[in-house]
Amino acid sequence: MKIRTFAACVPVMLLAAALTACSHGDAGSGDADATLSYWASNQGASLDNDKKILTPELDKFTQQTGIKVKLEVVPWTDLTNNTLAAAVSGRGPDVLNIGNTNAATFESTGAFYAFDDAAFQKIGGKDRFVASALATAGVAGHPPTSIPLYSQVYALYYNKKLFADAGLQPPATWEDLVSDAQKLTDPAQKRYGIVIPGATVNSSMHFSFIFGQQHGGSPFDKDGKPTFTSQGVIDGVKQYVDLLSRYHVVNPSDAQYTDASQSAGEFAHGQAAMYMAQTSGINVLAQNGMTPDQYGIAPIPAPASGQKVSSFVAGTNISIFKKTKHLDAALQFVKFMTSSQEQEILNKAYTTQPAVKDAPAAFTDDKQKLDVFTQILADYAKPLPLVSGVQAYQANVGGAVVSLIAKAATGATISDGDVKVALEQAQQKMGAK
Amino acid sequence: MAVTLPGPHTPTSVAGTTSPDPTPSRRRRFTWARSTPYLLIAPAIAFELLVHVIPMLVGIFMSLIQLTQFYVTNWSAAPFTGIGNYRVALDFSGPLGQQLARSFGITLGFTVLVVGISFGFGTSASLVLQRVVRGRGPLRTLFLIPYALPAYAGIITWKFMLQRDNGLLNQLLVDDLHLAHGRPFWLIGGNAFVSLVVVSVWQQWPFAFLMTMAGMQVIPEDVYQAAAIDGASTWQQVRHITLRMMRPVNAVLVLLLFLWTFREFNTPYVLFGPTPPESADLLTVHIYASSFITWNFGLGSAMSVLLMLFLIVVAGLWALWNRRVNRDA
Repeated sequence: MKIRTFAACVPVMLLAAALTACSHGDAGSGDADATLSYWASNQGASLDNDKKILTPELDKFTQQTGIKVKLEVVPWTDLTNNTLAAAVSGRGPDVLNIGNTNAATFESTGAFYAFDDAAFQKIGGKDRFVASALATAGVAGHPPTSIPLYSQVYALYYNKKLFADAGLQPPATWEDLVSDAQKLTDPAQKRYGIVIPGATVNSSMHFSFIFGQQHGGSPFDKDGKPTFTSQGVIDGVKQYVDLLSRYHVVNPSDAQYTDASQSAGEFAHGQAAMYMAQTSGINVLAQNGMTPDQYGIAPIPAPASGQKVSSFVAGTNISIFKKTKHLDAALQFVKFMTSSQEQEILNKAYTTQPAVKDAPAAFTDDKQKLDVFTQILADYAKPLPLVSGVQAYQANVGGAVVSLIAKAATGATISDGDVKVALEQAQQKMGAK
Repeated sequence: MAVTLPGPHTPTSVAGTTSPDPTPSRRRRFTWARSTPYLLIAPAIAFELLVHVIPMLVGIFMSLIQLTQFYVTNWSAAPFTGIGNYRVALDFSGPLGQQLARSFGITLGFTVLVVGISFGFGTSASLVLQRVVRGRGPLRTLFLIPYALPAYAGIITWKFMLQRDNGLLNQLLVDDLHLAHGRPFWLIGGNAFVSLVVVSVWQQWPFAFLMTMAGMQVIPEDVYQAAAIDGASTWQQVRHITLRMMRPVNAVLVLLLFLWTFREFNTPYVLFGPTPPESADLLTVHIYASSFITWNFGLGSAMSVLLMLFLIVVAGLWALWNRRVNRDA
């Protein structure tokens, strides 16, 4: 019966792992001609785009060290699950990327190699890294289990032509953003003020965090206990959902977007005038046929009375599986990927911000865009809470926001009370652990 | 068991009278003839253990420990909670228990609808094809296509058709026929349940059709002829002969459809992804979300065991009822 196999899929994996482990034997320590397997996250516009960017760099690494790298690009939707399965079965890649949101959660599983001071020496020292990026590497006070690779922040992308035609300036406050969006919305023309990835769980959590911070709300208290029903968090979620529910400046179809790249397409085709995305949006838009001169970048505005928070410190980290048989090779690989030279090349290709100080941010030739992103990272970005429950926070609060958006899309008006009930349930699920 | 078989003993005793066997006891202990059945079945048993029984036992064990993110790499460290996970799952005043109960209700409604409609469609189609001689072959093939199609490909096609902005269904309903006002959603909100039922029926009914068709073919033609001579109408023939003689087939068919539909995972997962709309929150996806998305495998396993127990109870009740029916008949 399918359900039995389903319920038992983890043990089956374990058994399979145990059986194959016997035949594998000891690969030994001959790291010089070792082959590392590497799970790369999907940073580019497509999996192919990633392969094209990474392959020449990995070849360079093989030339320098003799270590081969077997690359597999994993879409974000699968990466967390696959990593979890690898952690459970003990059979995974040697090196892999994780979203820095999950760093604390994965650290709590104990599946990753912890970078102590000696390990940091081997990859070139702690001081090379940008402090705000390194702070996302794991719970404060512990040796981190991941190393920052690509840093990103959220910003507001706006369509220059649509704004110019309507005689509008990029919004400086959230109220401006809403009124601009209302002016730019024209359902008959299939054009809306702003696009949101309505059914995307992780993005929904991101926005609920950013807007919650604007209202002074925090999802966790000092002891790491969830505080989803604090007024600030509720107001933040309401602010986001209101775009669709109250102001109708979002195409209701957005409620079906399960992937953030779908909203990039809508913005690139001029069907939405604004788009909130991370730094890598530049690359994703380019792949969708929109050139950087067609859009401008501004910090995501806060309500006039709120706090100026535009983003959290987002990004991708690199980790080593604790059970790797090629630890030295893996450390060399991490050192290579975080070297100033590679950081410059890769972050330019992915249009992300380097995680090391020596590499200049060069993801765009447009000075204005570069400055805005740098300013957001320096002044308007708050770190996400580094607690082990952050993955559950993402699933529960992100999921709650997704269902609120779906309700709004199918015609319901979302009240403060609705938001509160949804967040209360999300919080109760955290307590059941 | 094999000792009671008289076969192998007889030649031994006959041989014993002519020339005495030096090792009678040893031969009795091991003969190829006697152990062949066991040897033949051994691989099957080994694989049954490996694929079903052991994982099931491990699953039950998992449901008794607090297997959360902190212990996934080292199960032995996970604290033993006994029925703790079951208590959380069945605490209907808490959010998890409430949602599980809700999901159970939705799944039950979904199953009853899908089984009922599939069975109805299957039986009607078989009855019609039983009487239609011309074009029977092509029609039969046509009806079986959904069953032969890879499930994923079929459901993905439905997913495209059910899109709000550029889906075929809204194109037809809104743009061509002007039946609906505005563009309805089919994959979120209340309509999602309807979509799920339709897609599942589309997938399940060919199996009902296949089984009922096979069942009807073994009913001898002369029974119908005798009934016709006695003046029975077509409807009376269907009711008293076809359906009555099909009873054992139908009983098995409905049970199978019920069990399969109740634990349907592919259809909702491919249609809606890991976070389904509330109206279509089927149990298996719900359990998946509870264990894989929030990394609480102990709780997920407890829910899976509960689901399995429910299906065992259903199958047991069915067996009891079936025995009574057979006795009465």
